[in-house]
Amino acid sequence: MSLQIDLHYERNMLIVRLSGELDHHTAELVKERMEEALTRPTVTHVILSLEHLHFMDSSGLGVILGRYKQVVAKGGRMVVCSVSPAVYRLFEMSGLFKILTIEENERRAVSSLEVVS
Amino acid sequence: MSNNFMKLEFASRSENESFARVAVASFVSQLDPTLNELTDIKTVISEAVTNAIIHGYDGNPDGIVTITCEIEDETVHISVEDNGRGISDLEQARQPLYTTKPELERSGMGFTIMENFMDRLEVETEPGRGTSIRMTKRIETKKALYN
Repeated sequence: MSLQIDLHYERNMLIVRLSGELDHHTAELVKERMEEALTRPTVTHVILSLEHLHFMDSSGLGVILGRYKQVVAKGGRMVVCSVSPAVYRLFEMSGLFKILTIEENERRAVSSLEVVS
Repeated sequence: MSNNFMKLEFASRSENESFARVAVASFVSQLDPTLNELTDIKTVISEAVTNAIIHGYDGNPDGIVTITCEIEDETVHISVEDNGRGISDLEQARQPLYTTKPELERSGMGFTIMENFMDRLEVETEPGRGTSIRMTKRIETKKALYN
């Protein structure tokens, strides 16, 4: 499998760590796994940790935007952290960086959500 | 002497997207590209091949995607072709964030990314016949090293 999805639950947060390559082929799996995790009543906010994501294309943008909408509809927030310059450039190009909260690392992402919850 | 080139043909299956971008990146590596240039090329291959699979063949795994890659001095010419349904409104398809398949969570950024990451992009398409995307990028590394 070219993408590994690691789900971790911490209080009212779902931390999703992606390692490998996020493209059209692997985006479907991210959608399925996260959609299911987001149905848990304890999950309000989501942290998407991309430190070990080595490749992403516009299919990644689509699946992230889809989950963002799902989280917001639930009344939560989505924070993306440890974003590589290549991924950040795609966020900029698509305007996604305007709606996503981007933090330097997981620790900062967690504390930014602790402030709001 | 003719230019160096390679040609790939593969089934329109999503599991081949990763193969396609790695194969092209590996061919282009002989030009000594930077890591950023390689990422750009991998990304545009991924976009073009994904378009062929999702839009050209509408998810049908029995189509054929053809990639040709030619090296002319420091410039790489890439074409990605399918024999799928073609694009009925090309101008609209090239608009940022436009997608015909929002239900599949498509971002509509494919063409915008290809245009931004490459020096030139030409699209030839005919409804019912297929689409051919031709892209060109000059690899700057060699120039910086030897001039």
